[in-house]
Amino acid sequence: MLPGVSERTGPGGPAELAAALEATGYLPDEGLATAAYLALAMHRPLFLEGEAGVGKTALAHALAEITGRPLHRLQCYEGLEASQALYDWDFGRQLLHLRAAEAAHVDADTASLEASLYDRRFLLARPLLRALEDSPSVLLVDEIDRADDEFEAFLLELLSDFTISIPELGTIRAETPPLVVLTSNRTREVHDALKRRCLYHWLAHPDFDREVAILRRRLPDVTEQLARQVARATATLRTLDLLKPPGIAEAMDWATALHTLGARELDPDLAARTLGAVLKYREDTERVQALGTGALVGA
Amino acid sequence: MVDTVLAFARTLRHAGVPASPDRVEAMLAALAHLRVLDRGDVYWAGRLTLCGGPDDLDRYDAAFAAFFSGERPRTSRARTTTPPRLAASAPLDAGSGEGDDADAPDLAARASADEVLRHRDVGTMSPAEREHLRRLFALLVPAAPMRPSRRRRPATRGAVHPARTVRSALRDGGEVRRLRHRRARPRPRRVVLLVDVSGSMTPYADAMLRFAHAAVRARPTSTEVFTIGTRLTRLTRELRRRDADRALEASGQAIPDWSGGTRLGEVLKAFLDRWGQRGTARGAVVVVCSDGWERGDAGLLGEQMVRLRRLAHAVVWVNPHKGRDGYEPLTGGMQAVLPSVDHFVAGHSMAAFEQLSGVIHRA
Repeated sequence: MLPGVSERTGPGGPAELAAALEATGYLPDEGLATAAYLALAMHRPLFLEGEAGVGKTALAHALAEITGRPLHRLQCYEGLEASQALYDWDFGRQLLHLRAAEAAHVDADTASLEASLYDRRFLLARPLLRALEDSPSVLLVDEIDRADDEFEAFLLELLSDFTISIPELGTIRAETPPLVVLTSNRTREVHDALKRRCLYHWLAHPDFDREVAILRRRLPDVTEQLARQVARATATLRTLDLLKPPGIAEAMDWATALHTLGARELDPDLAARTLGAVLKYREDTERVQALGTGALVGA
Repeated sequence: MVDTVLAFARTLRHAGVPASPDRVEAMLAALAHLRVLDRGDVYWAGRLTLCGGPDDLDRYDAAFAAFFSGERPRTSRARTTTPPRLAASAPLDAGSGEGDDADAPDLAARASADEVLRHRDVGTMSPAEREHLRRLFALLVPAAPMRPSRRRRPATRGAVHPARTVRSALRDGGEVRRLRHRRARPRPRRVVLLVDVSGSMTPYADAMLRFAHAAVRARPTSTEVFTIGTRLTRLTRELRRRDADRALEASGQAIPDWSGGTRLGEVLKAFLDRWGQRGTARGAVVVVCSDGWERGDAGLLGEQMVRLRRLAHAVVWVNPHKGRDGYEPLTGGMQAVLPSVDHFVAGHSMAAFEQLSGVIHRA
């Protein structure tokens, strides 16, 4: 393979990475495999955007599995603060430590007593710090669009040099930069400055053949026929201009629901009864019922 | 190879994809890890590094195909410059025709002229008056509505802040001498402006967009502006320019359906599908500026308004005709939307815009 790709990065090219991912049950297309490969080789964060349920989070899990790295996940929400994302001091234990030192009449000068208060063992590592300490690792920053601007700015700083400085303790640096995967459902436009530092990939719904392959792979008990019918019906649903077009996650739920009911193939009656597994809005359900579930099952 | 990539980046910029130098650098770095002569690898190296959103992808695909099949960059350039639109002052001149130049006010009596102008109907103004009004718009600073956030700040009252309390106790040798507190920090609530730019709104659209510009300038991160007509156009980025005239000029170029027809229901649906439902309208104050002249199906419009009402914190409908004496919302469109509207206000004069600003603030 090309010079410049070190052993540490693992796979020698996108195709090899795709094969490794397939072995774990995640079937990427060419673009996604290239994106993941470049993220590993260039040490650049991977920014994944796309509809809910197309496999953004699952990719991070699969990448952790094939690289053998531990996965650290940070779920974003509004008001997420450094003390929940990065680190916090365990104040309770620090107080106890202070009281214990008093009770034992430790003859230490105040300076060293104070220093002992800010020891690593009193530090509570949150996902971001853990990902740096646990190097090499995979860091999943999930649904970054839910966090607010302040957190985005803060993340920007961390992603540019992968160091965290703790005033009382010093700077913590990752030996190998973690593989960072950021996901977004695009409920809000993420700032350009953050995107610029990342590889950007838009995940679309998989095509029919890939969807069938994914269903077969993830749900080995489901019959080929059922998988094909579910994939076709899901593809039809996506063309109906629904409020929430079903993703691959919903297709899998649906196939599982049908399989649980003992179905070997999809018929209109079964489809009508299990519609709740794919459609999550009353309007959508009504719309499909009006069209008739037969249209979904039709050859 | 570097030259090729740089030329390609130039093509891409002409096509409207912001391929900044650091992104181009990233593309070169990515290519170093891939096969430079493989078309697929080059495609993905560029797409992953140069694009920043789903809107860029189509443009990227077109530019890539054109560039690497040997076409000159000029073709894609021609594509983007097709909609030559109004200049800075065009909408000001595009009066309704009712404007009577004979009674243009004597601007020497500026103070009283200002006062008169504040209450004049924007749609019936002469070009000179409109010019004056533009200056008044510069003084308008719409206040943002606020909401409590999940982020908290230290305060003298409120819930106890355990971390700060214990941290200060540690400094005092482990003795809690004072409780520290924290409170939720208020944040500006998002404001979404949907401005109708169809033919029937032409006399007012310019003033509405100036109002939108003032709102975006006041709160650039929490204000979104779209125009509705026969299609949906996002104007937030264009309106972030400081100078109102240049912002409006850029907007004019971005709006493909200026003074066209109205398909309110369909366009509102497009807004909710692409933006609103995902988050833009959630918990926001949504302001729709339109006369409610629906050429499509009023039923669809009503349905979409119900949907909007469920997502938004408050829905404000601005209808310039409401400022006229004896106006009654009798058109099918207005009848369909009114049940889902929280505040129904006029938007025909400067005074009405000041009022609207207050309504948004308190919403």
